[in-house]
Amino acid sequence: MGSTAYIARRLLYGVILLVGVLVLNFFLIHAAPGDPAQTIAGAMGGATAKMLAEIRTSYGLDKPLLTQLAIYLAHVAHGDLGTSYYFNQPVIGLIAARVGPTVLLVLAAQVFAITVGVAMGVFAARKPSGPLSAFIAVLSTIGYAAPVFWTGIMLIILFASIWPIFPVDGMTSARFAGGYFAYIGDVLYHLVLPAFTLAIIFLAQYSRLSRASMIDVLGADYVRTARAKGVSETKVVFKHALRNAVLPIITVAGIQFGNLISGALLVESVFNWPGMGRLAFDSVLRRDYPTLLGILFFAALMVIIANLLTDLSYRFADPRIRTGGR
Amino acid sequence: MSMADATANSHAVEGARPLRDALIAYRRNKPALLGMLLLSAIIAFVIYGTFFFKGDPYEIVWAPQTPPGTDAAVPLGTDYLGRDIMRGLLKGGGPTLAVGAAAAIITLVIGISLGGIAGFFGGWIDDLLMRVTEFFQVLPALLFAMVVITLFSPSTLTTAIAIGVVLWPQTARLTRAEFLKIRELEYVTAARSIGARNGRIMWKVILPNALPPLVVSATLTVGVAILFQAGLSFLGLDDPNTMSWGLMIGTNRQYILDAWWPVTFPGIAIFLTVFAVSLVGDGLNDAFNPKLRGR
Repeated sequence: MGSTAYIARRLLYGVILLVGVLVLNFFLIHAAPGDPAQTIAGAMGGATAKMLAEIRTSYGLDKPLLTQLAIYLAHVAHGDLGTSYYFNQPVIGLIAARVGPTVLLVLAAQVFAITVGVAMGVFAARKPSGPLSAFIAVLSTIGYAAPVFWTGIMLIILFASIWPIFPVDGMTSARFAGGYFAYIGDVLYHLVLPAFTLAIIFLAQYSRLSRASMIDVLGADYVRTARAKGVSETKVVFKHALRNAVLPIITVAGIQFGNLISGALLVESVFNWPGMGRLAFDSVLRRDYPTLLGILFFAALMVIIANLLTDLSYRFADPRIRTGGR
Repeated sequence: MSMADATANSHAVEGARPLRDALIAYRRNKPALLGMLLLSAIIAFVIYGTFFFKGDPYEIVWAPQTPPGTDAAVPLGTDYLGRDIMRGLLKGGGPTLAVGAAAAIITLVIGISLGGIAGFFGGWIDDLLMRVTEFFQVLPALLFAMVVITLFSPSTLTTAIAIGVVLWPQTARLTRAEFLKIRELEYVTAARSIGARNGRIMWKVILPNALPPLVVSATLTVGVAILFQAGLSFLGLDDPNTMSWGLMIGTNRQYILDAWWPVTFPGIAIFLTVFAVSLVGDGLNDAFNPKLRGR
């Protein structure tokens, strides 16, 4: 299969998954106990009879269920994910303002976890029973067993009262003055702790995985051949072995994207990071269903895009797939 | 190596008494034994707290934010209202563990049913069910659980169901892979040739042989479910009238800079529980997998 056809097929599949998310959202609204119009308006009360009537007309709630579904999908196709009755604003605008910080947090954590994790795995694989290997074993236990929100709180206690070198709250300094670059610097400075907290879980997994994968690859015939040819050890490790050892990491990193977003929800809540997780949490408290379902849609969209990029980078990293070896 | 690979060969355990061999291997594994010991201690602590300890974890018993170790009446100190942290730990463990276990059971029931059907029948049924599984994997689990709980009003049962509903895809994939492999083996053909029906082959012939990796996965699922329960109650999404370790962290989080202990001890409790569960899971994985024994 050619690359273009492959990408087109993956894109189409992504769109189908997205429509699936919308259909799920629609049925969740209807499966929830009570009047769907009330659900859409938010169950906190306070919705006037006029508002409910408007919602009924706008979503065709008096029509058959399938017609309602079609109307709902048509709304979304026109970029209308509903209105947040709490903010009295379109949901899409609310979310658009918060996607950036979440993407920044998630990507920073992912990049940090992959680079540091792979580096640790590579060096640990050189000495499978050395101290770094032991450290990775400990780290992966902590990464698996410590609740991420608790790790974040422990770091806040550490960095707020004992060793105050990093900010622990929000994305920018309250009294910020300076140019564009200073602003970016300020955001990155605030990013350190939340991203590190989120990265710990995945750092643990990636280092463990790349260590195992590297040990496998270093025992392979072609690595022995390369060594026998007199290729320098650095070149063997980083050119011959690493390139193959990194393939499973790409796969797992792609699969982990949904978990990263789940983790980001908690981390944002702990560090007051102004992203989608904070908005989701606030929407839960206010029973602002349109916003909550809109966030679910956007989060799924992010996962689908990440999966697509993972697939493509896999094809890039492994030529055997590109040339139709499979 | 993924867990699925690591346990891939476990159904091919040779020798007459694989279960006994596994038990012996488990007993030789020090971390696994430690995990079992730790888990037993935690469960005993929680059972004592739930059924025998009569104190009310919501009762204000002492001065607010009494540090740990200052008075024997409140050994772990008090929270921002003056509630005993020790009581909270005793009473809060029950819901945490119960939801974790219930959610893991729901995960297993959905995951094994769907994965088993997909792997056994193959073809378009497999395609369809795997697309459904992929669909659920696109939804970030915690967010999806939040949505479900919010829509269907928070309660301990809703939390367990919501966690089960978001965690099953991995179990389904693992079950499918095992069923796909085992259904080609000779003893399945033999069962078929004596006229066993599909249902019997699936649940009486294949499932028991697929169990070792599923037991390992179930153990690890309990750990993940406990973390989910903790995260959801930390966010205030569980029933606020049910004390749990996550809720203790959530209600005290605003005061962490005044008092570290109300959030630290429940967090350690969650950590130790999940840690113990993961040691047991790893131990079972090694025990069921003869290839890994003695490493």
